[in-house]
Amino acid sequence: MKLQRKNRLRATALGALAVSGALVLTACGSDDNTGGGTAGTGEKTTAASNVDCGKAKGQLRASGSSAQKNAMDLWVKNYMAACSGVEINYNSSSSGEGIVAFNQGTVGFAGSDSALKPEEVADSKKMCKTGQGINLPMVGGPVAIGFKLEGVDKLTLDAPTLAKIFDSKIKKWNDPAIAKLNDGVDLPDKAIQAFHRSEDSGTTQNLGKYLGAAAPDDWKYEAEKKWPAPGGQAASGSSGVAAQVKQVDGAIGYFELSYAKSQSIPTVDINTGGAAPVQATSENASKAIAAAKIKGTGKDLALDLDYTTKAEGAYPLVLVTYEVVCDSGNKPETLDTVKSFLSYAASDDGQKILTDAGYAPIPAEINAKVRETIGSLS
Amino acid sequence: MASTTPIDMPPAPPAPPERAGLPKSSGRAGDKIFLGLSRGSGILLLVIMASIAVFLTYRSVLAISKDEGNFLTTFDWNPAGDPPVFGIAVLLFGTVVSSIIAMLIAVPIAVGIALFISHYAPRKLAAPIAYVVDLLAAVPSIVYGIWGALVLVPYLEGLNLWLDQFFGWTYIFEKTEVGVARSLFTVGILLAIMILPIVTSVSREVFLQVPKMNEEAALALGATRWEVIRLSVLPFGRSGIISASMLGLGRALGETMAVATVLSPNFLISLHLLNPGGGTFAQNIAANFGEADAFGRDALIASGLVLFVLTLLVNGAARLIIARRKEYSGANA
Repeated sequence: MKLQRKNRLRATALGALAVSGALVLTACGSDDNTGGGTAGTGEKTTAASNVDCGKAKGQLRASGSSAQKNAMDLWVKNYMAACSGVEINYNSSSSGEGIVAFNQGTVGFAGSDSALKPEEVADSKKMCKTGQGINLPMVGGPVAIGFKLEGVDKLTLDAPTLAKIFDSKIKKWNDPAIAKLNDGVDLPDKAIQAFHRSEDSGTTQNLGKYLGAAAPDDWKYEAEKKWPAPGGQAASGSSGVAAQVKQVDGAIGYFELSYAKSQSIPTVDINTGGAAPVQATSENASKAIAAAKIKGTGKDLALDLDYTTKAEGAYPLVLVTYEVVCDSGNKPETLDTVKSFLSYAASDDGQKILTDAGYAPIPAEINAKVRETIGSLS
Repeated sequence: MASTTPIDMPPAPPAPPERAGLPKSSGRAGDKIFLGLSRGSGILLLVIMASIAVFLTYRSVLAISKDEGNFLTTFDWNPAGDPPVFGIAVLLFGTVVSSIIAMLIAVPIAVGIALFISHYAPRKLAAPIAYVVDLLAAVPSIVYGIWGALVLVPYLEGLNLWLDQFFGWTYIFEKTEVGVARSLFTVGILLAIMILPIVTSVSREVFLQVPKMNEEAALALGATRWEVIRLSVLPFGRSGIISASMLGLGRALGETMAVATVLSPNFLISLHLLNPGGGTFAQNIAANFGEADAFGRDALIASGLVLFVLTLLVNGAARLIIARRKEYSGANA
């Protein structure tokens, strides 16, 4: 009797496990923020024939930022199709984990959505021996401000208004500050529900940097990965924020553009003070990244983004992710593979496919320096 | 990563009446080998546990010694900040409050279901109900989390407004901030659903152990079905219900992914339970582990140790209660 019951329970548990396992797998799929982006890339694999495999061989492990996961997936797929015998594993855990793994010497390079901090550079000197860790800007992208407001499908905001909204200083959608920027839009008398990321995130940090630079009077917080303002509501992951914004009337939140695209969430046009409000698109983000200056010294190509740019059609709220490598002192067994793979990623082909995945290519001038630096890695 | 529950076993059955003592060795090699093996693995287990404890304590001490805030009273979690500041006050509050809400909801319902299955339902109905309740335990917590965020949260908004309107005077149910129901109250409801199966099935087993003679005697005296339950089933099962509840409490305290998905965390303590905000130990670890550097992880380990101590206390309390009512305990069913 007892045994039977056990078996039945076990069978039930197995069944439930299978069902819920499938559910979990599909749930994990929501991490995949390419949306329709990857669908069109199947035929591109063949176009990657001009990959220079060089002396690449064996296995290369890499780890880091999940913000560039979808770009990395495309690169790895195309690269491995062109270079047989090379295996590349990019573990899209998080920037923090990637840098820890890099400094412990377990990965060939790390992905990070912010440049190395001074203490991380100091750590990297132990691992690189003759050199130190440097940042190579490889993937750019717009951070979209998504919203849901019944009856409103187009909205323009500027940095000070955004800062006040996310700092809970503006509480209603029909606030005069918002109305002034949206002539002819019928704004309802509804509470604003601002959503932010519940865990530390490079996206939060970039939003903070943007607000701090473009609205210094209204956003006094340090740009950290942790959400600084006391009010508002939180959700976990870009997908979590996007899900809330899609669901809640009166909501506003920030996430990578691909989430907005794949879930058809309307995004805010930003009034930069230029001629016309700018829409969040890959092209517009590239124009803003073009205004960036290189702040790294030596071979380090960390970028200083110009968040206050008023250039025509430049979407200022952008995020740049880096690949972190040693300028010299890379491990000999992976050096050739790292150079060959990153050369492909920085090549015209490699950068071109970024647009399909909702990212923005790195502007040519900076990209030329990236390629030069990759060539000189040792 | 699912419900990382330190308590996974029902509290130990009461010790056997008398320890028989190790039988005198018959001198056979097999006996000696077996004795050595089992003694060895017992010792190995203790060594492993001790080294884990030492490691965790060491890492936590490292972190706490660099904490510029007060580890027990600071309302912030920012080990990556300059200076690093982090404290567990909000997490402790959130963990305890959400678990209490879960217990208040789950225990009466679970006891009710258990009584229904064991004493009221016809056999044909009892089996499927028991089966469905047990099935709830097999659903991974992340699924509860997604369900909670997508279904429960929107549906609870109506309840929240109603509670605010009619019970706002209690302070607890006064909603002072706008926002969807991503609150400690919602987390409590979700946790209640998640701990239902364990509380129900242990209580059910206990109720089935009530000596038939007691029940029949009561019936013979002319007691109604409810009186039988009140006079013989509940007193007999009380310690069983308590230990079942403690098991459920252990789960609620340690639940991670579901809470991380449903709660809108912030580092404020508020007794307005309907406002979004709050945090729990496990949720905080899940949310912050990924982006944390080595020091941040040490800080999270320190908070995990506090959760460990908390569950240890709960477990200890449960054992104490059960030991006091040893003769009644049905937990060994």
